[in-house]
Amino acid sequence: MARILLNDLRKTYDGQEVIHGITMDIADGEFVVIVGPSGCGKSTLLRMVAGLEGISSGTIEIGGKVVNALEPRDRNIAMVFQNYALYPHMSVRENMIYGLKIAKMPRAEIEERLMRAAKMLELEPYLDRKPRALSGGQRQRVAMGRALVRDPAAFLLDEPLSNLDAKLRLQMRLQIKEMHLRTGQTTLYVTHDQVEAMTLADRLIVMNAGIADQIGTPLEVYERPATEFVAGFIGSPAMNILTVTVSEGAAILPGNRRLPLPGLPGAGEFRLGMRPEDLRVAESTEGAIPVELRSVERLGADAFGYGLIEGTDVPMTVRLPGNSAAKRGDRLGVLPEDGRLHLFSVATGKRV
Amino acid sequence: MAESPFASRGASRIWAHFWMVLGVILVVFPVYYVFIASTHSTQTILRPPLPLLPGPEGLANYGDALSGGIGQIGGVSLWRLLGNTTLIAVGIAVGKIVISMASAYAIVFFRFPLRMVCFWLIFITLMLPVEVRIQPTYKVMVDLGLIDTYPGLILPLIASATATLLFRQFFMTIPDELLEAARVDGAGPWRFFRDILWPLSLTNVAAIFVIQFIYGWTQYLWPLLVTNSNEMNTIVIALKKMISFADAETPWNLVMVTSVLAILPPILVVVLMQRWFVKGLVETEK
Repeated sequence: MARILLNDLRKTYDGQEVIHGITMDIADGEFVVIVGPSGCGKSTLLRMVAGLEGISSGTIEIGGKVVNALEPRDRNIAMVFQNYALYPHMSVRENMIYGLKIAKMPRAEIEERLMRAAKMLELEPYLDRKPRALSGGQRQRVAMGRALVRDPAAFLLDEPLSNLDAKLRLQMRLQIKEMHLRTGQTTLYVTHDQVEAMTLADRLIVMNAGIADQIGTPLEVYERPATEFVAGFIGSPAMNILTVTVSEGAAILPGNRRLPLPGLPGAGEFRLGMRPEDLRVAESTEGAIPVELRSVERLGADAFGYGLIEGTDVPMTVRLPGNSAAKRGDRLGVLPEDGRLHLFSVATGKRV
Repeated sequence: MAESPFASRGASRIWAHFWMVLGVILVVFPVYYVFIASTHSTQTILRPPLPLLPGPEGLANYGDALSGGIGQIGGVSLWRLLGNTTLIAVGIAVGKIVISMASAYAIVFFRFPLRMVCFWLIFITLMLPVEVRIQPTYKVMVDLGLIDTYPGLILPLIASATATLLFRQFFMTIPDELLEAARVDGAGPWRFFRDILWPLSLTNVAAIFVIQFIYGWTQYLWPLLVTNSNEMNTIVIALKKMISFADAETPWNLVMVTSVLAILPPILVVVLMQRWFVKGLVETEK
């Protein structure tokens, strides 16, 4: 178990900086999820911690020791790969204990650790099988087991669930959470899936093009996104974000409608964000945002109406009650709930 | 076996079989005839028509040849020649596998200066026929005092650009994550090779072993140049030495015996390693 310190971490490929200085203090036992779209550098960041990618500048400390120059095996970490990376010619047992055998651990202790991990992951019946005789979920568990037996200072998981089907993904998500609660291991987890990010994380790092746009608890990130990017990335369906001009306590919406919004800071152009779930349908379109529905998706408990602000091509998504009678072609007036607005600078994308 | 997508029925199937059987007969008949001839006396072989069934001289012919009764090659027994050839063929095959695996491992998994230059140098040697470099090679062997020795027969033939390329292609199909997982597990380059790469390469090794064994077994030009004494001959060279221009001086029955014995070991290797060999050629298990 260990605290991990990232200090102004940078990575340059062929003169191109891809990680632009990430600083974070990960507490002992914390579960941190690195989330972002593909190509944002989240896997690179994880692999730098693992020691599989070099560090161009900055330092990584694991358990009070700077590990920049150490090989992966000397960093006391364990990693789970996206495609599991099981050794195809070894049995489950051999896969799991390979690292321990290399570390020349006494046989009795290897066996004890193996059985403990196998029990926790319900892998006991499969110990003598080869990976190809296992299902995707079982392979995933073997990969987890291989990390678990090492009892490392930190777990690093690189999109471990992305190759599983939806049902299994949920099951494994719960299992990973359970495992973390039981072992209390410091964990870094990379994913592009915001549900995984929100449900697993103690804290999130939302990455955007090599920058940590926001670091915070899932709720903080959801409630007060630090940038327009974070606002659009976290939350499903995505937040409605439109350009508005603010003057005299009101926002001028696309289509030249005035929406009185008290308490807006300053004046000028802003990006205004409203989550679909923070919008309510007003009695009339008068004094509200008029939306012409293009389609309605019914999920049972809820329904989502997708439409355009009347007379423009600015899309708006609204959450409706599950039993709403709204249908394509309807005109709805929607109003944001008080205090549920997000305003971002047009120039920097930062929260205002 | 699953139903072939090309499965046909009735007349077209018979027709297909007809052509296949014809092809097999065309290929097999000369080999069969070599065996038949090896059981007759030279006189019977030289006097037409050629018999189609085994003759009575078989045991005597084989006994003669194996115990060193062939004057044309200095009375060296065929056992000795088969031993020589086996040693050389195995030496060449093993040597080629060791060297080409080592170089492919270096080229695929290590980053060192001039890596691609090394790769292209190896690749370019593919375009040079052996005959082009045979004279300098011979000179080197003479200077090293390796004429008429096993190392002299084996060493110049154990570098293989083809095998290097094959291993390189195979190594490149190994997912990066496997290497990374091994690194996290603490395996250094040597352990990664021994514990992971080697077991995964076994089918390829088998395929290359078979191909190179046969290549070594059928070597002609180089053994001819580098051996002087009859004891160091390979079976192929011996076969050539037995055949003289005048039919009367050639012990055709013993030539046929030698041919049969020269064919058997490669067939044995192919048959024994067939399962692995085919696997290595058609699939990469991952």
